[in-house]
Amino acid sequence: MEKTAAPQQPVSKAEVVIVGGGPGGYVAAIRAAQLGKKVAVVERAHLGGICANWGCIPTKALLHSAELFSALKRGAQVGVVADGLRFDFAAAIAHSRKVADKQRRGVSALFQKNGIEHVEQTATLRREAGKLRLVVGTEVVSAPHIVLAVGAKPKTLPGLVPDGKNILTYFEAMKLDKQPKSLVVVGAGAIGIEFAYFYNAIGTEVTVLEALPQILPAEDEEVSEAVKRDLQKQGIRFHVGARFERMETIEAGVRVAFLDALGKRQEIDVEKVLSAVGVTGNLDVVGAQKAGLRIDRGFLAVDDEFRLLDDAGRPVPGFYAIGDCKGGPLLAHKASAEGICCVEHIAGLPSQEIRRVDLSSMPGATFCRPEVGSMGLSEQKAKALGRNIQVGKFPFQASGKAQATGETQGFVKVVLDKETGEILGAHIVGGTASDMISAFCVARSGELTATEILHTVLPHPTYGETLKSAVEQALGEAIDL
Amino acid sequence: MATLILMPRLSPTMEEGVLAKWCKQEGDKVNPGDIIAEVETDKANMDFPLEEEGHLLKLLAQPGQTVKLGAPLAVLGELGEDFSALIAAGSDAAKVSAAPTAEPAKPAVGAGVSVVSVAQPENQAAKTGPAKQTDAQTGGRVKASPLARRIAADLGVDLRKIDGTGPGGRIVKRDVLAAPARASFQAAQPEHSTQEEPLSLLPGDSLVPLSMMRRTAARRLQQSKQTVPHFYLVSDVDMEAAMTFREQLNAASEKTGGEKVSVNDLILKALARALRLLPMANRSIAPGGQQAVAHERVDVSVAVALDDGLITPVVRNADQKSLGAIAKEVRDLAARGREKKLRPEEYSGGTFSLSNLGMYGIREFAAIINPPESGILAVGRVEKRATVVEKNGQDHIEARKKMTLTLSCDHRILDGALGAQLLAKIVEGLQTPWLLVL
Repeated sequence: MEKTAAPQQPVSKAEVVIVGGGPGGYVAAIRAAQLGKKVAVVERAHLGGICANWGCIPTKALLHSAELFSALKRGAQVGVVADGLRFDFAAAIAHSRKVADKQRRGVSALFQKNGIEHVEQTATLRREAGKLRLVVGTEVVSAPHIVLAVGAKPKTLPGLVPDGKNILTYFEAMKLDKQPKSLVVVGAGAIGIEFAYFYNAIGTEVTVLEALPQILPAEDEEVSEAVKRDLQKQGIRFHVGARFERMETIEAGVRVAFLDALGKRQEIDVEKVLSAVGVTGNLDVVGAQKAGLRIDRGFLAVDDEFRLLDDAGRPVPGFYAIGDCKGGPLLAHKASAEGICCVEHIAGLPSQEIRRVDLSSMPGATFCRPEVGSMGLSEQKAKALGRNIQVGKFPFQASGKAQATGETQGFVKVVLDKETGEILGAHIVGGTASDMISAFCVARSGELTATEILHTVLPHPTYGETLKSAVEQALGEAIDL
Repeated sequence: MATLILMPRLSPTMEEGVLAKWCKQEGDKVNPGDIIAEVETDKANMDFPLEEEGHLLKLLAQPGQTVKLGAPLAVLGELGEDFSALIAAGSDAAKVSAAPTAEPAKPAVGAGVSVVSVAQPENQAAKTGPAKQTDAQTGGRVKASPLARRIAADLGVDLRKIDGTGPGGRIVKRDVLAAPARASFQAAQPEHSTQEEPLSLLPGDSLVPLSMMRRTAARRLQQSKQTVPHFYLVSDVDMEAAMTFREQLNAASEKTGGEKVSVNDLILKALARALRLLPMANRSIAPGGQQAVAHERVDVSVAVALDDGLITPVVRNADQKSLGAIAKEVRDLAARGREKKLRPEEYSGGTFSLSNLGMYGIREFAAIINPPESGILAVGRVEKRATVVEKNGQDHIEARKKMTLTLSCDHRILDGALGAQLLAKIVEGLQTPWLLVL
């Protein structure tokens, strides 16, 4: 690093130093600047973090390519005939990388606009005479508030260690030189399912192994089942309840051995394997393990105001952690929300003005086709908690809009509290699920009940109007069923 | 101008405190942040820091004296100032001027909604009652979410008497649920018995004041035993596997310098695992008895005996912690509990309790529930008992290590069948102990 004097200045002047420029860190930085704080962000790699560079955004670009490709393949049904249609893998990857670049420059421009310094250095935590310190380059940071937003990294299974060639993580899977002929995806969470969908849609033979009995294990059982059925129809092979055993390199690529749900040993030969078995806190990059901090299952432990805890469980003054590095759900929007809440505490906003983070209603989305969008309690979870519930379900099959577009798979499902009408959860498969769920997020955050939704007029014909239909169905007042 | 220093709220459940000692004397200068006294609360000895500046003109309480929350402790002002009127005004002044550092009654950090201290209702009512009515008189509209209105109507809560914590002071669901003051709840508060036996002291008897901690425990346990419908489930556990497992664990951890795991740690983990598997059992009763609070977290309170009283530090998220982590945490909490050095949030807000008298040789006992929790597990000693064992179709009597568990359940939220399932899961965890490390 040749940049010695120049980048060190801003760190020493800043009142809030944020480590990590991902969706948690960059959003926290801008909010802190809006609240009048001098802010510096220490980010050794790309602004925008995994989300903008290697996660949410570039994968959405790839999924869009795949989706357009498969829509055109089906086009003849609606009168659009594309002869000689083919998928240009290299062009799709190039498009995805271009989108990521643009995102990164966007964050950089926002930093300039808000007077936030980007320090391209590595930050390390250290204990000196019992005190926790942050060292950036050679400088010990003296800022009164230091926020760790260092994110997460892929977990690995024993015997399935990514090598970047045949055994991939999402990082390599989104920038391969050549489309693989066959792929095994280990892990059927959102990342695994999105890549499985992408590669299957463009013609790769895809097999998915999941250790739990359902794919998308965080989702409502009915949602997971509907997605699995649809993706199977599209050609993906699933083994749920399957245990990865081992792999060996063979001439054609990799031989993967696993025990299926019945305990029978099976083998598949494939070109590539994608390991998508989850992620864990990125603690080693800042040396958090050796800094006398409380670590809970691979993530930094914090209190209600995001203050780091020492190994005796006491808050460490001036140090905070937000986003993936402090634990799940591991979602970009959750990191951003925590970043905002954290710096609003730091800035001393009155408690009523602080934007709280309610992890129980954090939405999630999976961008395969059919899409998944969900929020709050699943039906099974609500029952397990002993809630007295009413469930409503409206299939897209009964929606005029869905009939018109031919996208009739899936449904909208709501879980209501029977006594108060509180919206406990909402689960959508199909339609524009990832966007539609937003309406339920607003309703839950504003504490609207089923009654207010019944009294709302929604535009016709839309996918969105089915939200109300599902609530009507829960109350036994469905019009279109 | 001279002001009265009043007894502050130094623990979430305190109603009064014993002045342990003065750290400043009459005439001393006090700077903001100076500790002026030590106060024995119901749970611990706490420092009383003053946030104002001035001289201590008069000390109104003597060490050892019990002082009610909000009652005068001392007079602060400038040297030479005449404060006789202030003292004469006495309790009237106390009502007007706020205690200098008395923080607003704030639930313990991280304790969630389950902290229902007996002190809270009257205190909050006093705090919010009159103020909110003036709001209403000025024609102020009550800002509340539809859900908050609905729940308030169901529970009979007056929204005008609640402070909103939502955006812009809007009343939201959590505010209504945290609101005290339902008639039924107040009725459930135990009245001080008017039919106590008259005191008769015989030669050699003497009256000894009870510590604050003892008095709080007495009040809460009396309330529990009188108002919570307890029932008890008993089960014997074969501890052979658990004891072997523990020996192996400790032999392994001795080599690596790890924490030694006690039998109690294994039981705590088995209880936490059972609660995770049966979320219906991991609930507390809400004030009024009309609702249960469902907990996602499994926070186990562990009863720790002190020289004069009892404290129940909480092992948070015990289901997610390793046995080594639990062992370390329990040891730390118990040690600091015995020194009365626990912070309020470390001994409140548990979701279920564990009490173990095995080390005193007790075979079995039934414990009193710590409200609002739904139950408590009472643990006896591990001992060899003559046990009928079937081998090759033949019954034999064998000496096997056994232990008896007694589960006390609050029948309002934990039924017999559910309690039985919970106890069965605990037994399962102890008899197949590798389940505890899965």
